[in-house]
Amino acid sequence: MQDETDKQDVVHNLHLHPLSWVEKYADYLFGFAMSRTRDENTAKDLVQDTFLAALQKIDEFKGNSKEKTWLTAILKNKIADFYRKRSGNGLTVAGTAGELSDFFDRASGHWTGKNYPRAFGLETSNPLMMKELGNVLNDCLTKLPGLWFSVFSMKHMDDLASEMICKELKLTNANFWVIMHRTKTNLRACLEKNWN
Amino acid sequence: MWALKNIMNNCRRATFLTEKKIAGKITTIERIQLNFHLAACPLCRIYLQQSVLINEAFVSFQHTSFTLDDAFKKKLIEKIELEIKKNNFLL
Repeated sequence: MQDETDKQDVVHNLHLHPLSWVEKYADYLFGFAMSRTRDENTAKDLVQDTFLAALQKIDEFKGNSKEKTWLTAILKNKIADFYRKRSGNGLTVAGTAGELSDFFDRASGHWTGKNYPRAFGLETSNPLMMKELGNVLNDCLTKLPGLWFSVFSMKHMDDLASEMICKELKLTNANFWVIMHRTKTNLRACLEKNWN
Repeated sequence: MWALKNIMNNCRRATFLTEKKIAGKITTIERIQLNFHLAACPLCRIYLQQSVLINEAFVSFQHTSFTLDDAFKKKLIEKIELEIKKNNFLL
């Protein structure tokens, strides 16, 4: 019973308002999760998990951060779990999935003929075109092996140091760069193919 | 000089170094190798441009505004209320 009273005090004294969380923060957290997972259902699940986890550890809220900051920190942990889980789907660093190809000649390392990069032919100053490019890119991202997506997203969305990412996903530094390279060559080819 | 000779035709190596360059993790020797290759390779110059563009497009996605549908929000609120009742929080 003592424990119950403590929890009540925390909620009361620190001005946590769980009933207004959805109204105030759900869209923000959803956007945060969407940009890091690129999947609507995953992002929804993460937002829900975040609120429920927050209620579970409401007595850990110290009141020295804002509600929004605190909830975002919980969501970040959930996203880190998501990355780890997606990375562990039995995929090797090289990602041997059939449709992911090597674009270079085995011996010389030169681009092979059919894989010569061609200009996308888009105006980067045109916001509508850039938005459309973003949509095509999202489709391409879903085709990546989970580990590659995780590495790419951690690097670019949160600007994590490569050392951090390697530690988090249990990669060597050499593997990290192989993944960055293969991710980009595959995304580039996918964009070229699907961009009209 | 062997290093430069080896990079001359090697687009795989050049695009690999391009990724290190974009990430700000390229060494001096690697930069010399890459510039040497790029000066002679229009294909890898296109790659460099597009690689930067892809990073920009990826990151700019976060500035899109997202909204959850009302039905989902309603469900969320119900779940939170239920949890509050279960834990007997005083609000």
